[in-house]
Amino acid sequence: MNEKLIVSTSPHIQTSYGTSKLMGNVLIALIPAVAAATWIFGIRALILILVSACSAMLFEHLWCMLLKKPTTIFDLSAAITGVLLALTLPVGVPLYVPIVGTFFAIIVAKCLFGGLGNNFINPALAGRAFLLASYSLPMTTWVKPFYYKVDAVTTATPLKILKAGGALDVGYWDLFLGNIGGSMGEVCALALIIGFLYLWARKIIQPHITISYVATVALLGWFFGYNGIMTGDALTSILTGGVLLGGIFMLTDYTTSPTTRLGNVIAGILAGCLTIFIRVKGGYPEGVCYSILLVNILAPQIDKLVVPRKYGA
Amino acid sequence: MARTFRGGFHPEERKHLTEHKEIAVLPVPSVLTIPMAQHIGAPCTPLVKVGDEVKIGQKIGEPNGFMSVPVHSSVSGKVIAVEPRPHTGLGTVLSVVIENDFLDAVSDTVQPKNIDSLSQKELIDAVKEAGIVGMGGATFPTFIKLSPPEGKKADAVILNGAECEPFLTADHRVMLEHPDDVIDGLKIMMKILSVDRGYIAIEDNKKDAYALLKEKCKGEAQIQVVLVKTKYPQGSEKQLIDSVLRREVKSGQLPIDAGVVVQNVASAAEISTALRTGMPLVKRVVTVSGSGVENPGNFLVRIGTPLSFLAEHVGIKDGIRKVLAGGPMMGAAQYTMDAPVIKGTSGLLLFTEKEYKHYEPSDCLRCGRCVKHCPMRLMPFMIMQQAELNNLDGAVKYGLKDCMECGTCSYICPSRRRLVQTFKIAKASLPKK
Repeated sequence: MNEKLIVSTSPHIQTSYGTSKLMGNVLIALIPAVAAATWIFGIRALILILVSACSAMLFEHLWCMLLKKPTTIFDLSAAITGVLLALTLPVGVPLYVPIVGTFFAIIVAKCLFGGLGNNFINPALAGRAFLLASYSLPMTTWVKPFYYKVDAVTTATPLKILKAGGALDVGYWDLFLGNIGGSMGEVCALALIIGFLYLWARKIIQPHITISYVATVALLGWFFGYNGIMTGDALTSILTGGVLLGGIFMLTDYTTSPTTRLGNVIAGILAGCLTIFIRVKGGYPEGVCYSILLVNILAPQIDKLVVPRKYGA
Repeated sequence: MARTFRGGFHPEERKHLTEHKEIAVLPVPSVLTIPMAQHIGAPCTPLVKVGDEVKIGQKIGEPNGFMSVPVHSSVSGKVIAVEPRPHTGLGTVLSVVIENDFLDAVSDTVQPKNIDSLSQKELIDAVKEAGIVGMGGATFPTFIKLSPPEGKKADAVILNGAECEPFLTADHRVMLEHPDDVIDGLKIMMKILSVDRGYIAIEDNKKDAYALLKEKCKGEAQIQVVLVKTKYPQGSEKQLIDSVLRREVKSGQLPIDAGVVVQNVASAAEISTALRTGMPLVKRVVTVSGSGVENPGNFLVRIGTPLSFLAEHVGIKDGIRKVLAGGPMMGAAQYTMDAPVIKGTSGLLLFTEKEYKHYEPSDCLRCGRCVKHCPMRLMPFMIMQQAELNNLDGAVKYGLKDCMECGTCSYICPSRRRLVQTFKIAKASLPKK
């Protein structure tokens, strides 16, 4: 034995689950949603998602080059941001929209604050919020599902119809499977739930924040209906808009959510309250994006307030 | 259902390398190095000088102070040096180096005790004189646990057969091959402490040992064999007490404050041997494993056997990167193979690239995995943040003082951050009480 021995303090073994493996699992969990988006809105959806993912990784790589640091794109977090941002867009947006969006998400919301782990808001949602403010018309022009086979026909999202005081002409099954207008990734609840169960089963995420958020939206959605107290519908509340996409893939973002179980439950409830408040009283028909961004900002404060009881305390 | 505590994690065990290998008696080397410090507490004063003849079981180190126990010769032969030598955990330590005469002559002081006629005080003294310490690795003197301070009373004894460290199977084999000694040791401790509730806690990856001990304890109304969940750090005293008795040891206190004495199964077997035969603690079972070993196994090794002798016996492969005394989670990395096996050496692990991987740490993701898995329910990433800012008050607020350095956070961290390593440094810079 001639080699020098390595001496370090314990522990001497580490999990194989590094950052890139965790993020890779999130990408796997997004496959059903991407597939559903492609099926419902056509190949254009897939192109937008790929453009978004690639531009996100490119921007992060260029940033690392600019700072003369080793590239961080292989942790795959930029790819997730790209895919998630694309999933929040309508299928009809021009191709440059996701590119502008990922620039804001990656460079402004993430890299300028120090990169992965140091961003204070979810980059994908920050990008979406930026796009909504910058390109409000294409960002709110929705096409009917499956119309790519003929000609794109614009439609309204269920939330917009409800907010205007109208009645939905679709059933729960349509809402569940995604046969409605909306963002590419938000309409198919089934695909999102499959992704959620995968992440939960693989212990990539803890389910607390998602469950408390969705439950709060369901409860308050039923209680604060559009036509007065207790006129709402719990299932419609959670199956429309971005509740599941946001609750499963955005709120669970490691960096911008609290770290304790109780902290996550609290954050989920807060986000749920804000979502319904914006939906019912706000200017927009949907409040998922802004509610999550607001709760992101609170996450470090929640961690300071909710300290678990130590063993033996 | 196996009982358990909250937190912890299940590492890749890799116990299959040695768990079915019977304990083999290792040949005795021609020169043994017996350190005077094999327990936490002050080192012993050597009772022999160069040129002296010693026999097996002869006391060669006199304890100094309360936390100290004597050291005995594990071989017969001649003392050839009394000088500082490498130690698995303490750098270099004053050691007695003995040249083996291969006669295996036993000292006259090795005389069986009549347990039934001894008082509790005499039994405690006998345990102390036998040099018995916690053989799981902590090397806490056993007699201290058996003599609770004034006003404190134990109502339960838990034998720790969890052996939650990956790779290690020494305790497992002791339970399988010497179950009667283990049970006898438990009974002696229960007698010393006047306790009528004894537990033997075994992780559910050792169902064979569980079944065997349960069978052996059939007629014992006061002893319960308990299955605990396979999870690191199940073998940590505080966590095991939580799992078995649903009790918590208050912060800064000892298990005895919660009325519990926890003792390692191998130490229990050693208590039985020491009292029934008079032979003090001079050998122990060591698991030799890892991908750098040709023939992994469990060996009965004389205390003082150099690690290099042990390693040569099992055969070393090329490309050894790390040598560990103890388990991979809390064991100590060695810079030399000259250090000897001591009372707390539960394993010798030789790691190649297969187990040892170097990762660069990156920024904290705030993923909360360390919080979820911390068995003391602390917030390791917050302690780390505060420690890096040199804010020790903040680090203490999030649990620095309660950290038991089990390494769970560092193992689980996807950003490969050196959490527990940083805590050790921060703890060392805390003002002394």
